[in-house]
Amino acid sequence: MKNYIIQSIRLTLVLIVLLCILYPIGIALAGKLSKGNGGGEKITKNGKVVGYALLGQSFTKPEYFWGRPSAVAYNAAGSAGSNKGPSNPDYLKDVSNRIDTLLKYNPGLKKSEIPADMVTASGSGLDPNISEQGAKIQIERVAKARKLDEKKVKELVAMNTLKPFLGLFGPSSVNVLKLNLALDSL
Amino acid sequence: MNTELIGIIATFLLTLIIAIPLGKYLAKVFAGEKVWTDFLKPLETGIYKLSGINVKEQMNWKQQLKALLTINILWLVYGFFVLVFQDKLPFNPDGNSGMTPDLAFNTIISFVANCNLQHYSGESGVSYLTQQFVLMFLQFVSAATGIAAAVVLFKAFRDKTTTQLGNFWEFFVRSITRLLLPLSIVVALILTFNGTPASYEGKDQFISVQGDTVHVSRGPAAQMIAIKHLGTNGGGYFGANSAHPFENPSYFTNMVEMIAQTIIPLAMIIAFGYFIRRKKLAWTIFGVMTIGLFMLMIPTLTSELGGNPALAKMGIAQTTGAMEGKEVRFGPAATAYWSTLTTVISTGSVNGMHDSTMPLTGLWQLLAMMINAFYGGCGVGLLNYFIYLIIAVFISGLMVGRTPEFLGHKVEAREIKIAAIITLLSPFLILAGTAIASYVFTNHGGAAWAVQPKNWLNNPGFHGFSEMLYEVTSSNANNGSGFEGLGDNNVFWNVLTGIIIFLGRFLPIIGPVAIAGLLGAKKFIPESAGTLKTDTKTFALMTFAVIMVLNALSYFPALALGPLAEYFTQLR
Repeated sequence: MKNYIIQSIRLTLVLIVLLCILYPIGIALAGKLSKGNGGGEKITKNGKVVGYALLGQSFTKPEYFWGRPSAVAYNAAGSAGSNKGPSNPDYLKDVSNRIDTLLKYNPGLKKSEIPADMVTASGSGLDPNISEQGAKIQIERVAKARKLDEKKVKELVAMNTLKPFLGLFGPSSVNVLKLNLALDSL
Repeated sequence: MNTELIGIIATFLLTLIIAIPLGKYLAKVFAGEKVWTDFLKPLETGIYKLSGINVKEQMNWKQQLKALLTINILWLVYGFFVLVFQDKLPFNPDGNSGMTPDLAFNTIISFVANCNLQHYSGESGVSYLTQQFVLMFLQFVSAATGIAAAVVLFKAFRDKTTTQLGNFWEFFVRSITRLLLPLSIVVALILTFNGTPASYEGKDQFISVQGDTVHVSRGPAAQMIAIKHLGTNGGGYFGANSAHPFENPSYFTNMVEMIAQTIIPLAMIIAFGYFIRRKKLAWTIFGVMTIGLFMLMIPTLTSELGGNPALAKMGIAQTTGAMEGKEVRFGPAATAYWSTLTTVISTGSVNGMHDSTMPLTGLWQLLAMMINAFYGGCGVGLLNYFIYLIIAVFISGLMVGRTPEFLGHKVEAREIKIAAIITLLSPFLILAGTAIASYVFTNHGGAAWAVQPKNWLNNPGFHGFSEMLYEVTSSNANNGSGFEGLGDNNVFWNVLTGIIIFLGRFLPIIGPVAIAGLLGAKKFIPESAGTLKTDTKTFALMTFAVIMVLNALSYFPALALGPLAEYFTQLR
């Protein structure tokens, strides 16, 4: 028994060196070669960092495409979903309010055109994407607010749409931050 | 067919393509046969030397368990102190505070037990030191513990009659050097080069396009996410787990993470068959488990892709399905697939919030964790299934009026008693735990804990009951996912689930290893015309029936009060 205790202690120490020092540091060093140097890929505008490519941020002005509702208000110091159950009456009221907000700011929009992702909170609260339909329903509003031709905005949306992986797997999506920066740089 | 469904079919096929050869490889590794990774032998010899281990020393099943429990208890003590004092220890760039003793108790048991139930949030609850030197460390070694325990069981059935079951340390170390570490390096590199942070920089700050100041938690996440999946641990680096864009940046990484969490449990089944030279038995087990998986997954897909009926009533478009708690880049199909995998396999990582899934999805998630043997966790999935096998052998034996046998060894009263205790343990822990929680919630709502019982539930009604049932079930299954709306960081939940996780981990390891050890030592009876064959379709059906009947009888009332009741109210 005493033998096992000593062996356990020594083995634990050896494995800590291998698994908690050599392995993670090796990966971190390799990560220096990746796009964001292993610290997350940043996006800059006029030389200033304005966000991370993978993290959604809050857009509320009419001239920007909006992202999804977030349970953490896009605060990336934390992350969480709403954890509201599908039959929770408070939650259903929230969704109903979000539908009304969308209808108010997007005149001409029909309820049946609103995709679920635009009125439901994401799992992380930091979802950087919206669905193609989610972008489509906002084109008219953004074009009007920026006094742009709708066609031009539509083109930008198409350019910033990420197709399914290899064209085969998974859904397509639109990165809200990249799309909005593309609009700003027009 | 749409791209979302093609995506999950491709993921499943890729999993099989990787897992089957991996299983054959593992059988060779643990049998000590020649494999291409033998160049790692000097590393292993070095580890043994530094640890004072002689791997030639053969152990019987009791010695195996003693070694296993000794090192696990050591980790409990070591980890507990680091968690409590992490604020005073180095390597804490974000200045996070130490854990309360009850939270540390829960967290350390949870990680030692390969459960990874998390009552803290990674961004604010732990330091980088804790993340790497305790949590990630335990993700490696707890997975290796499970695999090593399963190999002990393999050993017992390889030879005709034996008490010499190999050396626990050797199985344990080899699980790391030949399997977990190399695969983790591959997965961690894939994640890093697809956007997951891997460096040690602390929190960042930037001003967003609209002018908000935003803080960003970062850190060495890729390293941990690799092993959290390969080792079927599931404990995420960030609070939102694999729904977080840093933990799971794209559909591609989502496929990688889904494959990573499935390959080892699958490979262990194949390895079992090749190791004991009964391939047909392995394929029979694989068949039963896979049918079970599909029976849980297909209704999950239908219920998620169908969308939320309450939102449908509001008149919006749910062409893609239910989206609350899900990420656009994965879509509902891949999230539903993941939710089934993570509950059958005891990973417990999530790429969408289970609390917000449809009522019937919740039902399938709960049932998957209650059964806990369709593939199951690293090593322990097979151990759980073994108990079902023994019960099935016993019942079939009674039905045909013969002494039950398993692989040439008589199954007698002692083994059946152990199997029966282990079988009854899960319903006891789950139902008693939920009952206590419900009692406290209804009768002691004002108790002065960090979260008062009356504020525990994030959702009213039946769904609130499901939140408590899910928490306890996930603890017992060592799964670790949650209906995260539950206010669980308080002394009640920390202690209750801590105890349940501990019992739900170690008794189901001790039981099967003991049965295997006892059976292996018995006289070998050669197969005859009267032998009950365990690798036939009939017996597979029998095992499946045993699994279904046992679980349905145990849990139907509880499930009826939670997800089923919610489902039927939604229909009104």
